[in-house]
Amino acid sequence: MQYALLFQQTPEEFAARRDPEKHAAFWAAFMPYMTALKEAGLVVAGAGLEPPATATSIRIGGSGRQVQDGPFADTKEQLAGFFIIEVPNLDVALDWASRYPGGPGGGVEVRPVAPPKPQQ
Amino acid sequence: MDTRRAVERAARDSYGRLVTFLAARSRDIAAAEDALADAFRAALETWPRDGVPARPEAWLLTAARRRMIDRARHVQVQAEAVPDLRIVAEEAEALAEADRFPDERLKLLFVCAHPAIDPAIHTPLMLQTVLGLDAARIASAFLVSPAAMGQRLSRAKVKIRDAGIGFELPEAKELPPRLDAVLEAIYAAYGSGWDDVAGADPRRRGLAAEAIDLGRMLRPLLPAEPEVEGLLALMLHCEARREARRSPDGDYVPLSEQDTARWSKPMITEAEHILSAAAQDRRFGRFQLEAAIQSVHAQRARTARTDWESIALLYQGLVRLAPTIGALVGQAAAVAEARGAAAGWTLMQAIPAEAVASYQPYWALAAHLLRRLGRPADAAYERATGLCEDPAMRAFLLRRWQERP
Repeated sequence: MQYALLFQQTPEEFAARRDPEKHAAFWAAFMPYMTALKEAGLVVAGAGLEPPATATSIRIGGSGRQVQDGPFADTKEQLAGFFIIEVPNLDVALDWASRYPGGPGGGVEVRPVAPPKPQQ
Repeated sequence: MDTRRAVERAARDSYGRLVTFLAARSRDIAAAEDALADAFRAALETWPRDGVPARPEAWLLTAARRRMIDRARHVQVQAEAVPDLRIVAEEAEALAEADRFPDERLKLLFVCAHPAIDPAIHTPLMLQTVLGLDAARIASAFLVSPAAMGQRLSRAKVKIRDAGIGFELPEAKELPPRLDAVLEAIYAAYGSGWDDVAGADPRRRGLAAEAIDLGRMLRPLLPAEPEVEGLLALMLHCEARREARRSPDGDYVPLSEQDTARWSKPMITEAEHILSAAAQDRRFGRFQLEAAIQSVHAQRARTARTDWESIALLYQGLVRLAPTIGALVGQAAAVAEARGAAAGWTLMQAIPAEAVASYQPYWALAAHLLRRLGRPADAAYERATGLCEDPAMRAFLLRRWQERP
C-alpha cells in the first residue's frame, strides 16, 4: 500500500534554512534518513518544498476565483516536503515516519494514497 | 479532589481483579469493562456526596454487576447467558460481604497471551484489561494509530468471547510455553516499541512503570517460576540506569561511559536479590540470562571495570536459547570488547542481511566495529543515523561519524 509522509515544520525550522549552520545540521540528519528510505526500496516519489511564504493560492469562492499570496491554510506548522512510500501497512509507514529527524513542534502526517479511479 | 483520588486508586488497584471476576464466566471482557466503566462513573458521582465506601472494591463490583444484568436484559442476549449472569450476581453479592476479594488476575494474563490470540496484541490486551490503560495511550507507546489499536483490541476481545477461551490456569505440561508468552508480553510493555531498551530515551518512559507493576504482581502469583523473577530483575536493572543514559545536557551516553553514581543503588540491590532467589531453582531461562548480563554490567559500580568475557559467555547461552536479532547483535558487541573487534565483526557478518536491514542497533555496532578495524564505516554510520528514532541517539551518532579515527 502507498502512504504519503507529509513533513510539517514550524516557522523556526523554515527560518533555519537561512542559517547556514542550522541548515547544514538539518541536512546532516535528513540525508541519512533519505538514504535509509531509498536503501529499503520504499520510495515512490518525494520532494522538498520552499517555505510557505513563497506559495500562491487560488481560493474558489461562490463568486469566482480569488488569488492570494501565501499558503492555503494559515496554520503555524506548514508542509515542508513529502515522500510517497510503498509499504505493507500503516504500522510500517508509522515506523518510517517516526524516524523523521525534524525538530520539536513539527512532525509527520501519514496518509494513505487513494487508489486510482476504478475502470467502469 | 480526594474522592477523585480514591476512585483512581481503586481503579489502579482493583481494575484487573474486577475485570477478571466479571468476565470469568461470560468470557465477555468488553462487557465487563463497559460495566466497570459505568461503575467508576457512578463512583465519581456518588462518592463525593455519600463519602468513600468502607470497601470500595465491593461497591464497584456490586455496581458493575448491576449494570451487566441491566444491559443483558436490555439487549435480550441469548437465553443461556442470563442464568450465568444470575450466578455472577449471587457470587458478587457473597463476595461483597466477604473480607477478601480473590486475586485471579493470573487467569486474565493467560487469557490475554493465549496462543489463539495474535501475539502482536498480547501486550496491549494485558495493559488494557489488567491495568485499565486506554487504547490511545497504548497506541502511542507502540507506534500504532489509536483507531487501529482500538479495533485490534475489540477484535481480540470478540475472539476470546466467541472462541470460548477459558479463564483458567494452564495445565502443568502446558505451563512453560504459555508462561513464556505472558513474560514476553510484559517485557514488550517495558520496551514499548524500542529495539534497544538500554539506549532508550529516559524521558520517554513509555509503559516501563506499568510493565514493572505487572512483573511485581506476577511474582507472588507464580512463586515457583524462576523466569518470572528473571524478568523482574532484568527490568529493574535496566530501570536503575534510566537517569544515567543522558548527560545533564541531554546527550546520549552509551552504557560503557555511564556515570555509575547516577545508577539507582536500591533498584540494583533489589534486582540482585531477586535474581539470586531465582538462581536457587537452577532452572535457567532466557530472562534470567538477560538479567545476569545486566547484573555483570551493574558490577562496574563496585569494581570500576566490565567483565566482558563473562558477558560474552552469557550471550552465547542466550543465543543458544533464544537466537533473536537483539541477542545476536549483543553477543557480537560483547565478543568485540572481550576478544577484539575482528572477532565481533565475524559474528556480525554471520547475521542474515535481510534480518537487519532496518534494525538500527546492528548498524550502530557495525559502524563502531568497522571504524575500530580501520575500514570504511561511512555507509554503516549513515544507515545507523537514518534509522534512528531518538534525537539524542541521532546526535550522538552524527558526532561519532564526524570524528575522524
